[in-house]
Amino acid sequence: MAGSILEKGAAAPDFDLHCTPDQRLKLHDLKGKRVILAFYPADWSPVCSDQMAVYNEARKLFQQHNAEVIGISVDSKWCHLAFEQDRHLHFPLLADFEPKGEVSRLYGAYNEEEGQCKRALFVIDEQGVIQWSYLSPDGINPGADGILEALETMDNGQH
Amino acid sequence: MSSTLKTPVSGSDRQTGYRGAPVTLVEYGDYQCSHCGIAHPFIKRLLAEKEKDILFVFRHFPLQEVHPAAYIAALAAEAAGQQGKFWLMHDIIFEHQDNLNANSLLSFAEALDLDMHQFAQDWKSETLQQKVEADFESGIRSGVNGTPTFFLNGEKVAYDETYESLLHAVEMVGHEHR
Repeated sequence: MAGSILEKGAAAPDFDLHCTPDQRLKLHDLKGKRVILAFYPADWSPVCSDQMAVYNEARKLFQQHNAEVIGISVDSKWCHLAFEQDRHLHFPLLADFEPKGEVSRLYGAYNEEEGQCKRALFVIDEQGVIQWSYLSPDGINPGADGILEALETMDNGQH
Repeated sequence: MSSTLKTPVSGSDRQTGYRGAPVTLVEYGDYQCSHCGIAHPFIKRLLAEKEKDILFVFRHFPLQEVHPAAYIAALAAEAAGQQGKFWLMHDIIFEHQDNLNANSLLSFAEALDLDMHQFAQDWKSETLQQKVEADFESGIRSGVNGTPTFFLNGEKVAYDETYESLLHAVEMVGHEHR
């Protein structure tokens, strides 16, 4: 569990991962938008399910700040697809599947002991710079209040 | 993250119980959430047993994508509220949680002897939609991460799906005020 997550001011490492079985998503494709990157341990687990359900509903609030939420875990693209369909998720889930956890490690958000992502949040600005990050205990759903506050701080130009 | 209620209780909230009580209990709930259904009789019992001690407020936190009838149920309760019957509708909805859809909600409104023309208008009104959405947003800002979430005098309650955990929280705070 050594290491800590990337913090405010760091350039967000780029990625190129499957978001559906036949599509990939790159961070730099999203330049000009704010990105909320939500690392989470596992599809289907109760806490992750609740967390993603809340973000699904909070999307309209995020979008008011030009921000899109993206989930990321080490689950495969097919697992993500089934999870998205079952829970009616309307935002992409990235598969940090091969090499396993590579992107998560770049963000300091990989749990080596468990072989899964930590529960970590990053708010990335239009230029690809991290403006806020937060590491939550695995068993605690961090909700969305911290994300909204970070977005509002960015709106006010206080970063 | 947050464990405090960011939007204070105000006159626009749906409230029941004792005005001026030392304890204000706020629930963020979803009418189609089974955990909220479990908590519903706990609240009824708490209000009965701690009559003079509690003011109870219900705010809507419908997770529409997983609970497709949660939002229309919230609007139906609010529309009944326009005719002074919010809490009656609230109870009926929770008591029929496994059968929530547009037809059943209309039949509840009829059973409550509501003015159906008015109900139909209010049910679709933008004002009530905005109220439900404002409740949801206040929940998000207060760190609500699932339902039900309770706040007691503004602090998140460590609720563990038992009546005792609610009672304990109420008694702890009530005690401080004596």
